[in-house]
Amino acid sequence: MSSDNSGPAKIRVNNFFFSIESNEILKDINVEIPKNQITVIIGPSGCGKSTLLKSINRMNDLIENISFEGEILIDDKNILSRDTDVTELRKNVGMIAQSPNPLPMSIYDNVVYGPKIHGTRDKVALNRIVEDALKKVGLWEEVKDRLKDPATKLSLGQQQRLCLARTLAIEPEIILCDETTSALDPISAKHIETELISLKEDYTILFVTHILRQAKRIADYVIFIYLGEIIEHGPAREVFNNPKDERTKAYLEGVFG
Amino acid sequence: MNFNRSRVLKNNLISSKRNRREITDKIAGKFMLIPAILISILLFAIFALLLLHSEQILSLYPITDLIFSSSWKPLAGDFGFYPFIMGTIWVTSLAMIFSIPISIFTAVYLSEYAHPKLRKIIQPFIDLLAGIPSVVFGLFGVLLIVPLIRDYLAPMAGVTSSGYSILAGGFVLSIMVFPILISITYEVLRTVPVEMREASLTLGANQWETIKKVVLKKAYPGIIAAIILGFSRAFGETMAVLMVVGNVAKVPTSVFDPAYPIPALIANNYGEMMSIPIYDSALMFAALILFVMVVIFNIISKYVLIKIKRRVA
Repeated sequence: MSSDNSGPAKIRVNNFFFSIESNEILKDINVEIPKNQITVIIGPSGCGKSTLLKSINRMNDLIENISFEGEILIDDKNILSRDTDVTELRKNVGMIAQSPNPLPMSIYDNVVYGPKIHGTRDKVALNRIVEDALKKVGLWEEVKDRLKDPATKLSLGQQQRLCLARTLAIEPEIILCDETTSALDPISAKHIETELISLKEDYTILFVTHILRQAKRIADYVIFIYLGEIIEHGPAREVFNNPKDERTKAYLEGVFG
Repeated sequence: MNFNRSRVLKNNLISSKRNRREITDKIAGKFMLIPAILISILLFAIFALLLLHSEQILSLYPITDLIFSSSWKPLAGDFGFYPFIMGTIWVTSLAMIFSIPISIFTAVYLSEYAHPKLRKIIQPFIDLLAGIPSVVFGLFGVLLIVPLIRDYLAPMAGVTSSGYSILAGGFVLSIMVFPILISITYEVLRTVPVEMREASLTLGANQWETIKKVVLKKAYPGIIAAIILGFSRAFGETMAVLMVVGNVAKVPTSVFDPAYPIPALIANNYGEMMSIPIYDSALMFAALILFVMVVIFNIISKYVLIKIKRRVA
């Protein structure tokens, strides 16, 4: 399946296999992820969606006894190669987890945590980063008077937006979202969705979800994974309106999942 | 009719069963309250007993003289506990200075860096260390630490020392404290949620940055609690310290000086001096001082801990 009407690819996955303790989680993944779009990975739970996502920022490295084959190219550089600096990679590929995970520090320190680690020391610059990042996620007006408060005092929805802001603060090119709204109430979830849509101009976004309605709301490009294999992928309209594979049809009709 | 009766019977059965369960539940709750109360009473009982037996010496000398006088000549009627109090503080502090960093580094290594296989190999060693009787540690001190200080460390520092010293006591004591300190610190570190480490790593922090800025920060109150527990234990440890510390009733001025901590004073003399009632009472008062020191230390540290927890949360 080609991605001719999807613009240039930011990430290319070629012949990627992934296993944990000799259980094959992902089989022969081949896909191109278009730049500056929201690519949504759908599929039933346990199908390998998150594993694929976490391969792109090498967070799977934390799991014991993994093995993989193939390549994942970001701007033509294979990030699976041994000489990849994972801290540099993760600065370029931000990630928002399933439930909000603020660091045990203030709102302000949560946002400057990444920039400080990557070498920004100047107070004025840091202040600007905080304001910019919080404005981008629509949190600035809500928290500007209590930046020194612990991040845990925010509501869950606000915390998740803070996590998004914290990720934007390290200026990544790619943002990975692992069922990022699943722990939030519908209104907060909507909020995040809107913000992601407005961010795609500047970022390449990958979003894992098992909520079809959400996928339909935000997706430009869709990847359907089932039992560790990509069954179908393509521009959202094509996949949703005219699925080619029987399994995709079945999943979209809610037969399983 | 028959059906109704059987249903009534069944209902009765169910309700009697429920009653039995409720009663068992209540009895269990109340029953376990008893040991809990007894344990709390024990603390007061010990305090009362020590106070009662110290009464004789307290009626003869003002308490400030007893605590702040440095002269210890029991047969001449001089009972100054200051050298013993200082001995206890020196040895305990030195032990904590040695054991706190070592324990925290070990716990961080085991929790954050060690491969699970290696962790499984190292952990039993630490647990075993906690179970070794203190007299064995004392022997280890006499055979290894004391000569080491006498022949190498003291000459290097330009002083002469028999080796039986605060340094030896602190060293042996630290070996005894660190198994608890390591295992509690390790458990505390494991309670830091994985998601928090992941948050830091996904922002491009490396492991050390994550440990320093997130894990230790989050675990900080728990580590302080572990240190307090370690201190409390070190205060009262008797046997191992007594064997290597020299037991000289003088206020120490350097770590190469011998000292005479309170537990050692009591253990060395109790039984021998029973014939002299005032001496007996003096030792009881020594025990009372130790008791009060530990209680005060605990109260202060609990207070500090509450402050820290409030600040972190």
